[in-house]
Amino acid sequence: MARFVPLSQAVAENLGNGDSVAFEGFTHLIPTAAAHEAIRQGLRDLTLIRMTPDVVYDQMIGMGLARKLVFSYAGNPGVGLLRRLRDAVENGFPHAIEIVEHSHAAMANAYEAGAAGLPCAIFRGYRGAELARVNPNIKFIECPFTGESLAAVPALRPDVTFIHAQKADRKGNVLIEGIVGIQKEAVLAAKRAVVTVEEVVDDFSDLHPNLTILPHWTVTDIAVVPGGAHPSYTHGYYARDNAEYLKWDKIAADRDLFRDWMQKNVLDATPEDFAARVEKLRDA
Amino acid sequence: MMSKPEFTPNEMMTIAASRALKNDDVCFVGIGAPSAACNIARLTHAPDITLIYESGTIGTAPDVLPLSIGDGELCDTALTTVPVPEMFRYWLQGGRITIGFLGAAQIDKYGNINTTVIGDYDSPKTRLPGGGGAPEIATSSQEVYITLAQSKRGMVEKIDFYTSFGHGDGGDHRERLGIDTRGPTLLITDLAIWKPDPVTKEFTVVSLHPGVTRDQVQETCGWAVTFADGVEETPPPTELELATLRDLKARTEAAHKGA
Repeated sequence: MARFVPLSQAVAENLGNGDSVAFEGFTHLIPTAAAHEAIRQGLRDLTLIRMTPDVVYDQMIGMGLARKLVFSYAGNPGVGLLRRLRDAVENGFPHAIEIVEHSHAAMANAYEAGAAGLPCAIFRGYRGAELARVNPNIKFIECPFTGESLAAVPALRPDVTFIHAQKADRKGNVLIEGIVGIQKEAVLAAKRAVVTVEEVVDDFSDLHPNLTILPHWTVTDIAVVPGGAHPSYTHGYYARDNAEYLKWDKIAADRDLFRDWMQKNVLDATPEDFAARVEKLRDA
Repeated sequence: MMSKPEFTPNEMMTIAASRALKNDDVCFVGIGAPSAACNIARLTHAPDITLIYESGTIGTAPDVLPLSIGDGELCDTALTTVPVPEMFRYWLQGGRITIGFLGAAQIDKYGNINTTVIGDYDSPKTRLPGGGGAPEIATSSQEVYITLAQSKRGMVEKIDFYTSFGHGDGGDHRERLGIDTRGPTLLITDLAIWKPDPVTKEFTVVSLHPGVTRDQVQETCGWAVTFADGVEETPPPTELELATLRDLKARTEAAHKGA
């Protein structure tokens, strides 16, 4: 059964230096508060995994947490490039990082394979794509029945996955709705899973039978962090803070501006600060 | 007599792209320029078009253009929202997509797309976001439309990285790789409409937008442009198309400034 613990404890007891970790969220439900806690705790040498590393991965890379990045699209969605990531890749600042690059189809299949307990994922992909040349983890196999050439990539099995979700019940079952993305697969593929939630309710007994629910025994720890997905959003609770994503482009463009912003908004902040950040974005 | 509406090259691009979509298309929508074109199609001549974004939203009808592929607006207005692995496995790989609509940072004359790096992969001059869904959209969609504004930086003789495969080196390159989908069949820029030559697969100008000259197309393109026999003129935007696009852009801008 999942434990309900403060976020600082959940991060301290589940994430260690050198771990491979996915802070997943496909635009929606990005576990920003958990990632900020990892930054405050000064973790190092992480292998960061995520299909769509965006602002919060830019922050972790800029603060020097990452040794390696496994990803399929690294951008500030709808805004542009990730400037801290670019500084790391192009200039080795604050240090060089290793890049393992895939397509979305490959990452999605690889998480699914991890959740399914398979060693690899097989799919029709990477045909004519040059990533197959630069990523040695992309191979091709022949279908034993038809002879068709299919792509194969290793399953993703993070040491720990962090996600944000709408709510937990008192037992620690977790409900995810809206754009569910890769949340369920990323949790089931990982050795340990930490979920931040908006709130805890008594039970889920009156809900629709086909909702996406993670049973409490698939989750290691739960921390209640209202607003914990900001500046992304939580469907049914608050909207995406598009203005913040636009602002990030300027902040991340300058090393000193970035450092000052991180000091004020992350290092000197707490998980409790997130609630106020989404107040103006809550559904009327 | 009514005066002809004034319009920008970008508006012409979006509207020309929107016209290529049919009411019964199932379109996998890339973010940016494709997203605007697909929604103009839906708001004008193709009200029943199915728009799919890679975040899992199927049959979405956003009131404002999403900033990202996963804005809440897409989910709120969708027929259904599926997990991302299902999106790529059942709906894209399963062959359900009639049109994959992509933008591009860099493109060559065979419709190969680079959104990965400018320069060498291991020590890039500019690290771009990467492929995302595009490598498989480009090969699993029944056909692919591409839209981008013309520039010598964007339309090049040789792209720096083959993120998404178009027609490769041209001719039957797709068939030789065992790819049975049609690949890029249409390129819409701010100056012209291009279609691949039936044999060489090189993109060839078939229609110039109103007032655009052949020289302008060549000056903003990094390869020697081939013009089809009997190049047509793209019909200018109608008042309805232009008003629909401007309303959508105004609503979108107001919404994204938000909060």
